[in-house]
Amino acid sequence: MITSDPTASQTAGAIILHVNGEKHALTVDHRTTLLDALRERLDLTGTKKGCDHGQCGACTLLVDGRRSLACLQLAVAAEGREITTIEGVGGSGAGQGAGPGSESGGQGELHPVQQAFLEFDGFQCGYCTPGQICSAIAMIEEHAAGWPSAVTDDVHPEAAPQPLTPEEIRERMSGNLCRCGAYMSIVQAVGYAAGARHTHSGPDEGSAA
Amino acid sequence: MTSTVPAVTAPVTAPPTALGTARTRVEGREKITGAARYTGDIPLTSLAHGSLVLSTIARGRIRAVDDAAVRAMPGVVAVLHHLNAPRVRGDYPSIMGMAPDPTVRAFQDDRVPHWGWPVALVVAETPEQARAGADALVVAYEAEPHDTDFSGERTDAFALDGVVPATLAKGDEEAELAASAVVVDASYTTPEEHHNPMEPHAATAYWQDGRLEVLDSNQGASWTAEDLAKAFELEPGTVRVRSEHVGGGFGSKSVRVHQIAAVMAATELQRPVRVAMTRRQMFSLAGYRSPTDQRVRLGADPDGRLRVLSHGSVSQTSSVYAFVEPAAAAGRVLYDAAAHRTSAQVVSLDVPTPTSMRAPGMAPGSFALESALDELAERCGLDPIELRLRNEPSAGPLSGLPFAGRNLRACFEEGARRFGWADRDPRPRVRRDGRWLLGTGTAAATFHAFAVPSTAAVTAWADGTFTVRIAAADIGTGARTALQIVAADALRVAPERVQVRIGDSEFGPAWLAGGSAGTSSWAWAITPAAGELRERLALGVDIPADGLTVRSDSTTALAGQEPAERHSYGAQFAEVAVDPGTGEVRVRRMLGMFAAGRIVNPLTARNQLVGGMVWGISMALHEEAVRDVRSGSLVGADLAGYHVASHADVAHIEADWVDDPMPGDPIGIKGVGEIGVVGAAAAIANAVRHATGVRHRRLPIRPDRVLCGESVDGGPAGESLERGLPGESPDA
Repeated sequence: MITSDPTASQTAGAIILHVNGEKHALTVDHRTTLLDALRERLDLTGTKKGCDHGQCGACTLLVDGRRSLACLQLAVAAEGREITTIEGVGGSGAGQGAGPGSESGGQGELHPVQQAFLEFDGFQCGYCTPGQICSAIAMIEEHAAGWPSAVTDDVHPEAAPQPLTPEEIRERMSGNLCRCGAYMSIVQAVGYAAGARHTHSGPDEGSAA
Repeated sequence: MTSTVPAVTAPVTAPPTALGTARTRVEGREKITGAARYTGDIPLTSLAHGSLVLSTIARGRIRAVDDAAVRAMPGVVAVLHHLNAPRVRGDYPSIMGMAPDPTVRAFQDDRVPHWGWPVALVVAETPEQARAGADALVVAYEAEPHDTDFSGERTDAFALDGVVPATLAKGDEEAELAASAVVVDASYTTPEEHHNPMEPHAATAYWQDGRLEVLDSNQGASWTAEDLAKAFELEPGTVRVRSEHVGGGFGSKSVRVHQIAAVMAATELQRPVRVAMTRRQMFSLAGYRSPTDQRVRLGADPDGRLRVLSHGSVSQTSSVYAFVEPAAAAGRVLYDAAAHRTSAQVVSLDVPTPTSMRAPGMAPGSFALESALDELAERCGLDPIELRLRNEPSAGPLSGLPFAGRNLRACFEEGARRFGWADRDPRPRVRRDGRWLLGTGTAAATFHAFAVPSTAAVTAWADGTFTVRIAAADIGTGARTALQIVAADALRVAPERVQVRIGDSEFGPAWLAGGSAGTSSWAWAITPAAGELRERLALGVDIPADGLTVRSDSTTALAGQEPAERHSYGAQFAEVAVDPGTGEVRVRRMLGMFAAGRIVNPLTARNQLVGGMVWGISMALHEEAVRDVRSGSLVGADLAGYHVASHADVAHIEADWVDDPMPGDPIGIKGVGEIGVVGAAAAIANAVRHATGVRHRRLPIRPDRVLCGESVDGGPAGESLERGLPGESPDA
């Protein structure tokens, strides 16, 4: 008999996911990715599906504080990990509520990276944005922890901390595609939020001519 | 109450204040917190999931669909294909009278016209079950020989009119060529390119109270609703389409098989069904930009004045649709010449149907034309900017109509000043930075500016706030924010008091987010409604509990426009670094100066213009869909195999504009959605020529192509210059 209840299948399992500080008990098809579990089962749709192949970065979230692609891992394998989605990166309630057409996305406090994306217009269509923001939050931590990138000049373990230049940001953020091409303002936003030395002033105003 | 206000009067009280002031997006907080719900994010009770099955052959017939085994799989509730699917029409006039995309007629017969044609839909309780069913469905085919081999040399190419005529010509081309002191005659090619908006196409359909409700990701809700009503032969008004947030479109988000399949399944099952394309499926279902093979012949006097501008383009279309990429059209409004000929031909092949993609025609066409201008400048010993300025027409080269603002000269002059063009040494291959060869290039840009009749409603509420309703789409353009500014200024209130509601076909007919004409078209409708509402409020009328609403329709006003050449213009500048050892090309900086009408919101407009220039980098260096002529399929049809510019590919890009209000437009808008792409790839290719001495006439400028050029033309500049005309790329 065909059933809609995945628990009736021998290919499903009961798991507990820790997401944004809350525990969720659910039964998932073993084939379910973490991305689909969040989106289809927990109604946490801020994490986007852009390619389902680990090629675009739209589903980037934080697993135990490190950036990770939700489409490339199975939900059953995420049990016991601390998962933070875009809905959970800001203060309480930042990503909750807000009906269609609403001009607010909830009233909670924004993460500094979110605030910078807003002010520098670090997005256009917004679909890659949750992934860009989660990626940037973790990337800033990686850099602060001294992790080098492919464009870091001095990679000796004893090297002094390298500045988070725009070139470093671009290299480290390259797993997150933005087809609208908002890269310039994303890099400005990330640099501003990171408090990097190259910090730009504010978003430009007006035309020049 | 309805009113149609033909023209907009000048401000009579305080001048507008919001227009031209940078404002962050009104839906920005939703988008950065993950609260914004795109189509696939909206939960529905008893939602079923549909997964499409695509053909694995490039031409032939479906012999059998063995759906029994799939129907028995866990969770599968339906398998639709040509033997059991509801009937739809595909012969109705869609937008601008054009036929709808042929995938609208999916599951209607056993024909397979190309690889990746939709042949079935498997619907199941969960996405995993639907996907498993689709993967398991066995479709037997009777394959026929196919032909996907595109070339500009094909003898079966035929002229095809699109939104513009296939051919426009004046003068005696051969006589003027014979009289020309300098001639450039070269061919240029651009590859098949795919839109790839970050949000894959998705639609959810369900019936409610006798009405078809469709949640969809599209570029125009009322257009989509009208098309679905025609396809399923439903009464107009019984189909409602909503698309609150749209994750990019670029021309690809029209009525396609995902909405058709979702409606079919929702109708059969009488429950909500969502159909989303996978990224790989988008490569055959979502349209693409045709490859082009273009030939440009320029003839000029020794001082660079053009005698001949001849530009022919060949593109491909599918065997089931006649779509033309009008790549030769740019020259019709850029330069005049005594002999002027521009033409478009197509080759019909067993390939998916191409469609408009950001700056259709102009993006590939400007690469060829503006590269050829650069070649001509070199042969004339002229600065490329000076060459263009010497060929500035005073009226439309073919129409004779006056220009509704043409500020290309100002773009070049201001752009050259900011870019530091005056210090440029024109000799190729004489600048180095370590192992990198450096070069700079420039190109002109143009894109048409127009507005299409639309309807809008503006409501005043007793609490002093206002609501604008219009079936506009915000596909990342900032439309919601721009229209809030437009309405607020027309109402003479602060933008914070105006709520803009879009993306709902209930709001009436409106132009789509396309043609760089969204904001202009919607503003033409909103401005008079808001203006009339303000005048009524000024008379002291009482606002009822359900608000005071003024509706408008811009049809009459737009019909009264004087004929004119209405276009945006721009000057693109690029500096590249080329590694002759690896063939790598890096774009170090770009500057785009645009004359693109009045800018409503500098923050979002700049972002969009820069985004277009990013597309130029992507087009010049990266994007290339490779078709395997043996199987008729694409090689590497995903975001790993098809590279679009990433963060690391984009260094410093600056976009700015000169004052260029559009005469006759209520706000002065022209549009900024597409012109950023135009000319950008040519500026980069011209810069690569300047850096290396090698002319690349084939996009993208891949490392292997650069290396091939190096092996032929490498060595010090003197050597190549001694050969008179250096650097013909072996690919050309």
